[in-house]
Amino acid sequence: MNNEDDLNPSAKAELADQGFSESDLGNHGYSATAEVTQIRARRSFRENIWRGLRSAPPTALFGLTVISLYVFFALFAPLLAPYGEAEIFDMSYAPWSDEFMFGTDQLGRDILSRMIYGARNTVGIAFVTTMFAFVIGGGLGITAAINNGGWLDNLLSRSVDVLMAIPSLIFALILLSMFGANTINLIMIIAVLDSTRVFRIARAVSLNVVVMDYVEAARLRGEKLAWILTREILPNIMPPLVAEFGLRFCFVFLTIAALSFLGVGIQPPTADWGSMVRETAGLIQFAEYDLTAAMTPMLPAAAIALLTVAVNFVVDWFLHKSSGLKD
Amino acid sequence: MLHPVVRTILQRLGLGLITLFVVSLILFSSIEFLPGDFGEAVLGQAALPETVAAFRKELGLDLPLHERYFDWLGGMLTGDMGNSFSGRGSSGGTDRSRPVIELLAPRLANTLFLASMAAIISVPLALFLGITAALYRNSIYDRSVNALTLTTISFPEFFVAYLLILILSSFLKLFPSLANISPDAPFWDRAYLTFLPALTLTLVIVAHMMRMTRAAIINLMASPYIEMAELKGASKSEIILRHALPNAWAPIVTVIAFNLAYLVVGVVVVEVVFVYPGVGQLMVDAVTTRDVPVVQGCAMIFAATYILLNLFADIISIITNPRLLHPR
Repeated sequence: MNNEDDLNPSAKAELADQGFSESDLGNHGYSATAEVTQIRARRSFRENIWRGLRSAPPTALFGLTVISLYVFFALFAPLLAPYGEAEIFDMSYAPWSDEFMFGTDQLGRDILSRMIYGARNTVGIAFVTTMFAFVIGGGLGITAAINNGGWLDNLLSRSVDVLMAIPSLIFALILLSMFGANTINLIMIIAVLDSTRVFRIARAVSLNVVVMDYVEAARLRGEKLAWILTREILPNIMPPLVAEFGLRFCFVFLTIAALSFLGVGIQPPTADWGSMVRETAGLIQFAEYDLTAAMTPMLPAAAIALLTVAVNFVVDWFLHKSSGLKD
Repeated sequence: MLHPVVRTILQRLGLGLITLFVVSLILFSSIEFLPGDFGEAVLGQAALPETVAAFRKELGLDLPLHERYFDWLGGMLTGDMGNSFSGRGSSGGTDRSRPVIELLAPRLANTLFLASMAAIISVPLALFLGITAALYRNSIYDRSVNALTLTTISFPEFFVAYLLILILSSFLKLFPSLANISPDAPFWDRAYLTFLPALTLTLVIVAHMMRMTRAAIINLMASPYIEMAELKGASKSEIILRHALPNAWAPIVTVIAFNLAYLVVGVVVVEVVFVYPGVGQLMVDAVTTRDVPVVQGCAMIFAATYILLNLFADIISIITNPRLLHPR
């Protein structure tokens, strides 16, 4: 990003090259070079962020705060958690107390610690999966757009049509039963299934960019596919892709949580919110005797829900901002 | 020369059939892709070679690939989906395994019952909320309905489900938290037991349908003919109900059909939460035990329903498009 607080240093150097000194400008009054460089001076990156934040609706600010909190917990999980991720105490289903803030689960593991580690595992795995989905889907989508109408485009688009015709949770279940349920398989399967959606949007937005003259020029001067993809097209389709990333992340996050909840996603002893809900779900029957115990399965479920809501709020604001819509 | 609508519909039908065919190929090859020898994978490492050979013969794994595929496909089409692996005779003892279709049929009826109940509650509710939100656009009512639906859209199904159990079942004791319905229960008992799962599904899909209804109507509000109606003094509700709604039906019906297709997917998690004896739960159990014939059967039913409903949505949006119906 440009960091031009006043007249930027390179502009000053340019002036000096042309035989001007800074005092010259003041003495001679008008100078065309000075005017041109003046216009180039713009708000700094920090100023832009600040302006953006001040105009953000409360929902978006709430979303941003929540997301940063999650990131903080995910990064510093070992420092923040009172106990280890898989540390077992000889008290299963302990009630909420000073020692175990949210009690313990069926094996006697501290719920709070597992919640904190879950931020790292669940969110981390969902994030990595979304990244993979974007690398695969985005890369193939732009390639298909460059090859618009060719055999590669047709092949890719038709295969994506077929993959999208099967509900993704069902498809994930089939593939997991084929390859076995473990974290690596989970990441790869969801990434491939989700990359179909990314493919569609990446292809659609880059179709508008591929026909631009500068892409034609790059092709004529003999640039390779990789250059056209990353240097000419990618920078120009970033805003819709960023918004899509948020939405896709929510979707992937919910899918992984659902699969883990069903017992075929992230496997124990890794702490994960989806499987935590399943493991402690039985406690909900005891609401009338011990309300806090009944709340235990709700905590990880609420953690999932809160993050999804937060990301949705931020994406909503981002879309609103980048589209310039007023309604 | 066919009418263009008929031609487009035939094209879509053809595409749907091809998709189903590819899906069946993928499902069939799920046995092929299992790592190692399939017989050993199912029977365990300690199985005698003769047992494995007998098992392979029983499954027809000694036949060539294409022959097996067409056998399997023919079986699927005639309702013979093979036998479940659990309780299989070749793993020792007597053969207690059951045909997949026998396991599936009663559960399919249950799942359809749950899905249609959710549809009966959610579709009118979504239409009502969407139309009133468009009617009172930018009012507090509109804003709160919008914020609420945006929130429920991002909740995972099991969160909504457990929230409802906690409030309506554990505290208020209005509804049972387990929906273990029996086939011979009278209709009202079943409806009562199914109410909480149906309500969960409703909350999950109502948001999308409502937002689409509202957006479709509001999109039309900028058209000149709506302005004309306004200028001649028609009341607001009259404009929306008589002028805007008829033209908004196409996107609304499409999104309804799409959401009914989504019910098929959502139903898996909800069935597991409420221990509802449906196809979704059967499939999850089969995935964990790697009971491939059952997984194939369930997946085929889910995929077929999903594809058919999406096809239906497609066709409706084509039929209701006047530009296609009356070509120049």
